[in-house]
Amino acid sequence: MASADELTFHEFEEATNLLADTPDAATTSRSDQLTPQGHVAVAVGSGGSYGAEDEVEEESDKAAEQQQQQQPGFWTFSYYQSFFDVDTSQVLDRIKGSLLPRPGHNFVRHHLRNRPDLYGPFWICATLAFVLAVTGNLTLVLAQRRDPSIHYSPQFHKVTVAGISIYCYAWLVPLALWGFLRWRKGVQERMGPYTFLETVCIYGYSLFVFIPMVVLWLIPVPWLQWLFGALALGLSAAGLVFTLWPVVREDTRLVATVLLSVVVLLHALLAMGCKLYFFQSLPPENVAPPPQITSLPSNIALSPTLPQSLAPS
Amino acid sequence: MAEAEESPGDPGTASPRPLFAGLSDISISQDIPVEGEITIPMRSRIREFDSSTLNESVRNTIMRDLKAVGKKFMHVLYPRKSNTLLRDWDLWGPLILCVTLALMLQRDSADSEKDGGPQFAEVFVIVRFGAVTITLNSKLLGGNISFFQSLCVLGYCILPLTVAMLICRLVLLADPGPVNFMVRLFVVIVMFAWSIVASTAFLADSQPPNRRALAVYPVFLFYFVISWMILTFTPQ
Repeated sequence: MASADELTFHEFEEATNLLADTPDAATTSRSDQLTPQGHVAVAVGSGGSYGAEDEVEEESDKAAEQQQQQQPGFWTFSYYQSFFDVDTSQVLDRIKGSLLPRPGHNFVRHHLRNRPDLYGPFWICATLAFVLAVTGNLTLVLAQRRDPSIHYSPQFHKVTVAGISIYCYAWLVPLALWGFLRWRKGVQERMGPYTFLETVCIYGYSLFVFIPMVVLWLIPVPWLQWLFGALALGLSAAGLVFTLWPVVREDTRLVATVLLSVVVLLHALLAMGCKLYFFQSLPPENVAPPPQITSLPSNIALSPTLPQSLAPS
Repeated sequence: MAEAEESPGDPGTASPRPLFAGLSDISISQDIPVEGEITIPMRSRIREFDSSTLNESVRNTIMRDLKAVGKKFMHVLYPRKSNTLLRDWDLWGPLILCVTLALMLQRDSADSEKDGGPQFAEVFVIVRFGAVTITLNSKLLGGNISFFQSLCVLGYCILPLTVAMLICRLVLLADPGPVNFMVRLFVVIVMFAWSIVASTAFLADSQPPNRRALAVYPVFLFYFVISWMILTFTPQ
């Protein structure tokens, strides 16, 4: 590549294609191409404390390490620190990128810039699990205010269920997808598939849109809930599809369509499962409670004490 | 040199401390001030130099630890910029608070198994593993706070929420009603804000400024979950 080409401003597509050709290249080399040389000097110079073995490793150290050696062994702490090498602004930018998917912009290339992080997926999943449990409980409280015969209980076991299901989805499905894509890579010749961490990032950040959706599900209007659900699912699945499309389009049409439809289907199943389990359809104003209410018959006798503590309307 | 500095009012004929009482009988003490206190800035070290803590009574040991815990409670309730929590960390306070909170939050065993509040173990695990996860997160983001210091701070800052739990239990003894719920909501919100302020006062400085929000958000989530458990507590 000519040096004149490196210093001129590239269109995004070319740069991402260049990067896609060498997915293992350190990202500092990309910033070399697109920014003036002075910036590179600053980054390299501040990596002088490379030899420090303390817990404190700045971002510049990471850049220097990436330039100088491969990633440290997985038994060292700094190996895992490299996955949390993000700033607040970067995390917010990635979240924005997942909320507004666009057909041409690949999430991995444009927002992750081939530097996946584990902070986003982990804490988005944790937030989603807790928000699910909390809002599910809140709907029960609100429903109980309308209809005092419903037995209110904190339903703490739902926190466990939410946590396990969200984390399994956000980590096992990317594992399966990554394995499948790698297997297909052996069959077909095409540009490198995403690494496991990038796949995890894609799924983790795509779950972010479910958080406001779950909060909006507090509004007890059924058609509005389905509308919000469809909207959020559309956004999230679109993000996934647009990100995966460049990787699968070189495969046979059959495999590509099957893969993408399975991805969307699993996502839809997650959304519907959340809706049905955590937001069981509770009766509107004054209808007999349907059998889905999670109240055991033995507790109905105790229920007179409970509504009093929660102030039935 | 040390003796001259640290015993300014004490020449060689200083009033002898009880431990050095025998020395005053030696005439050499008149010429050369061999007695006096080796006072170091941290006064608490003297006891350890004089007698090993193995020989002291159990009551002394317990009282010393309890006083340290109590002092840290005061630092949490009135968060100033002091470093006591960080410098002299201990994990007794977090253990006491976590066990107290879990004991108060657990549901009766006579209740239905599926639909109730958390069990003791669930609360304990959430609090302890939540603190460990937040600490790991803070360290992975590049914070310069040690593992146990962070655990100590997070554990001690549960104190306002434990106080809120006590108040809620007392309020629940009164007649229930919307006022009851409003009072509990108000108390929990105030204590939640207090916990957040206290913990960020200690933890925020350990992160570089461009990652501070990333490190503080999990703390917010942690205390939010605990506040939720306190608010939804219903005595069976």
